Amino acid sequence: MNDQPADHGTDALPDWAPGLSRIPYWLFQRQDVADAERTRIFHGPSWNYLGLAAEVPNPGDYRCTWVGDTPVVMVRDDHGEVRAWENRCAHRGALIAVENQGNAKSFACVYHAWTYDQAGTLTSVAFQKGIKGQGGMPRDFDICQHGPRKLKIAVLCGLVFASFDHAAVPLEEYLGEAIVARVQRVFLGRTPKILGRFTQVLPNNWKLYAENTRDSYHASILHLFFTTFKINRLGMKGGIIVNHHGGCHVSWSSNTQPKASADDYSGLRADSGYQLADPTLLRGFDEFRDDVTLQILSVFPGFILQQIQNALAVRQMVPRGPDKADLHWTYFGFEEDTPEQTEVRLKMANLMGTGGFISMEDGCVGGFVQRGIAGAADQQALLMMGGHDADSQDSRVTESSIRGFWKAYRAAMGI
Amino acid sequence: MDQHTTIARAQAAQARCIDNNLLEQWPDFFTQSCLYKITTLENHTLGLPAGLMHAFSRAMLVDRITALRQANIYERQLYRHIIGLPAILATEADGRVRSETPFLVVRILRQGETDLFATGRYLDLWDLGGENALLAERIVVCDSSRIDTQLALPL
Repeated sequence: MNDQPADHGTDALPDWAPGLSRIPYWLFQRQDVADAERTRIFHGPSWNYLGLAAEVPNPGDYRCTWVGDTPVVMVRDDHGEVRAWENRCAHRGALIAVENQGNAKSFACVYHAWTYDQAGTLTSVAFQKGIKGQGGMPRDFDICQHGPRKLKIAVLCGLVFASFDHAAVPLEEYLGEAIVARVQRVFLGRTPKILGRFTQVLPNNWKLYAENTRDSYHASILHLFFTTFKINRLGMKGGIIVNHHGGCHVSWSSNTQPKASADDYSGLRADSGYQLADPTLLRGFDEFRDDVTLQILSVFPGFILQQIQNALAVRQMVPRGPDKADLHWTYFGFEEDTPEQTEVRLKMANLMGTGGFISMEDGCVGGFVQRGIAGAADQQALLMMGGHDADSQDSRVTESSIRGFWKAYRAAMGI
Repeated sequence: MDQHTTIARAQAAQARCIDNNLLEQWPDFFTQSCLYKITTLENHTLGLPAGLMHAFSRAMLVDRITALRQANIYERQLYRHIIGLPAILATEADGRVRSETPFLVVRILRQGETDLFATGRYLDLWDLGGENALLAERIVVCDSSRIDTQLALPL
């Protein structure tokens, strides 16, 4: 069964004037756009997060994951290498792995027992030669010519990325030096340890969430919890890094004294004050070799690495049609953590995720946009804060990194 | 009153606080040093410790309600809890009682849809020594690993 509509190209799409500061709403509504994204972005020369290497620590360990909406299996083979291949039997298209995770020497499709090794190579076809000379596959059937698509793999700090396009530029080149350094500053050579996994079903197109994660302008306006406890005010020391192709970004802020006075927020919801009854929620430990208390890092198209004080998580976006997306959260700490440090991370996990004090709004605001634009396919969003380009900036009162996303998007889609 | 009835009454009263928008009264059903966590069956089975809401004291539950009232943005909504009968599992050496209770929560959003939002079970540790049954621990184990849009109100 192949339920993926083909990429019918982009000729039938409405016009989109050049530039990055006007985004037509039809981009968030059309199935043909989603189909073109599958082939041109997710199956194209992009790097897509699959999971943490620590999730498949032993030979034979595997986890089911996705690239775009395409199911993929991530496996550690008996030689210790991480492999990935499309979770689709070469015979009739059934899922090959049907558990979320496990350990396997080989993988047999339950439908007709076509069997694959850990690298996703087809190794045997049940009754290939028939029974007693009857039936079976034609003599010229070449088992080597069949198999699920295999992905190119790159691992950075224990983060496993994959590309369907084996000609994709190396991951570190794709990210750029500044982004690689900002990934490394979170891991510091430590071994990640999974603390929990949660899936948030977003009632909106995946690109609205991609915009949201790159939107440093909204952070201290929509998320009042942030502002009230001075975890993040736009006046704090901080900035935006946008990489060369635009699709990867870092937004960061540090805990040095805010430059802004309370007046900057007068008239916004943010000027109320309240105190925590249990302040241990935000009592962290000095973990990083700098004073950066917040760092949101994205990798085009669908990956986010987040540090909010000591709360660490990765997020993987999986499109589910034009108006839905799954957001897979993985909370993590490190094997090197003390029990007390783990408890700090568990407490601070209240800040993030589906019910997070500072991220629950991101779940509903994308839905507000998706519903708000229902009758506005021919209208456009405005992205002019901080100019019209997609450059790195010292201010976070900017939409520069969102424009960066669209710069990478237009290049990948050819529109 | 037998343990079974005491626990069932406390659970009914507690769910009523959430469903009828009496959120400020909800922390009163917990001990000062309580543990409250919302997790999923998958995490629970794998022994992964993180929660979607994770309070290490009654004061943190109070903060959760204050944030919902003062800070957080979420679409106007209400829950309706349907709570099954508690199964009494064990009595600890200190007299506290462990129970397991199935629940179902329907969520009604502003636009009026009535959706099945969550099912699961409460894994509870009750302090029955005082006037009211108090929760020393409540682990909310959701059957599904997927949460729609956002988890605003406690389960």
